[in-house]
Amino acid sequence: MASTIRVRATSSGDTTEVQALIQHPMDSGFVKNSAGELIPPHFIQQLTFEHGGKPVFIADWGPAVSKDPYVKFSFKGGKKGDDLKISWIDNKGASDSSTAKIQ
Amino acid sequence: MRLSFRSAAMGVVLAALTSASVQMAHAADSPNPPADLKAFQKYFTDKFPKLKLKDFVNGPYSMDKGLYKQWKEKEEFPPYEFALAAGKEMFEKPFKNGKTFADCFPHKGIGIRQNYPYFDEKQGKVVTLELAVNQCLESNGEKPLSYTKDDMASVTAYMAFTSRGKPFDIKIPKDPRALAAYENGKRYFYTRRGQLNFSCATCHVQTPGNHIRAEILAPALGILNAMPIYRSAWGGMGTTSRRFTTCNSQVRAVPLTPQDDEYRDLEYYLSYVSNGLPISGPGARP
Repeated sequence: MASTIRVRATSSGDTTEVQALIQHPMDSGFVKNSAGELIPPHFIQQLTFEHGGKPVFIADWGPAVSKDPYVKFSFKGGKKGDDLKISWIDNKGASDSSTAKIQ
Repeated sequence: MRLSFRSAAMGVVLAALTSASVQMAHAADSPNPPADLKAFQKYFTDKFPKLKLKDFVNGPYSMDKGLYKQWKEKEEFPPYEFALAAGKEMFEKPFKNGKTFADCFPHKGIGIRQNYPYFDEKQGKVVTLELAVNQCLESNGEKPLSYTKDDMASVTAYMAFTSRGKPFDIKIPKDPRALAAYENGKRYFYTRRGQLNFSCATCHVQTPGNHIRAEILAPALGILNAMPIYRSAWGGMGTTSRRFTTCNSQVRAVPLTPQDDEYRDLEYYLSYVSNGLPISGPGARP
């Protein structure tokens, strides 16, 4: 399966700007399907961005975040060519991770 | 004697005048697609004198500065990326008989979006890209896709993506049935329907650029160039079929079945009058 994570990180001098798009249903647990049954909650609980083994961004998410979430942030440090590791884990224990090179 | 000569001359002049005006009225009534196209595009360029023709394919983003800025940023990381990847995979994956989508389409299906819909003289009807995708699947013994769901949007998104920038090039062959389909589509576009008594043109010709609640209405010119679209309001991708059926239910009319004759004729008309404008699909809309 193709990765559920798309990342782009660009360095401009001393800061690195990161954009990421994650494919996930992010079901809140409050929505019903067409048969009238509740769709069980299924959402990302933690999203982590690591640079050089150190977390630079951790998000504790809940059911209120939208489907296929998009994140944008920047951090100090990070050079062109460095690795940026992204991982998420959801409430059902599923996870995915990906590594991107800073451009 | 003089008098009667005069009145006779007058009579001739009058007769000439009436026959001329009858001819003119006849010209206006008989279908003339190239004249329609010119008038249609002129209406929009007059209404929005600051916009270039090719800007219309970006719909509401060309009409609102704030939206435009947001969109530019969004396009760096577009929400239809996953659909595009899924579409490419589906497009390249062989069917059970070993053939692929590429075998059904001219130029292996790459860079051909601008030629759809076209009038198929053998089938005697308008063939849209979505219909062609399903005809391809069925002729290869595969199950057709739902016209309004994600899979169809993904395949057509990939096909549109490979055609980006190519101008719409819809042709109306010298076949009375093709002209009739065009006229039928035009009629559908301008006919009011539903509890709200709106035609397609009410929103997309009369009032594009205006707000309808929080949203900005897209101009009919170039509206199909961006199809299929990722709509944030839908939280997903939508096909042209999905757009048509939802538009109908929004004016509280009963939508037709996707890819019904009238919807295909409508797509034919609407694509024809956007001839010359580049394909920009897949698009992202609020």
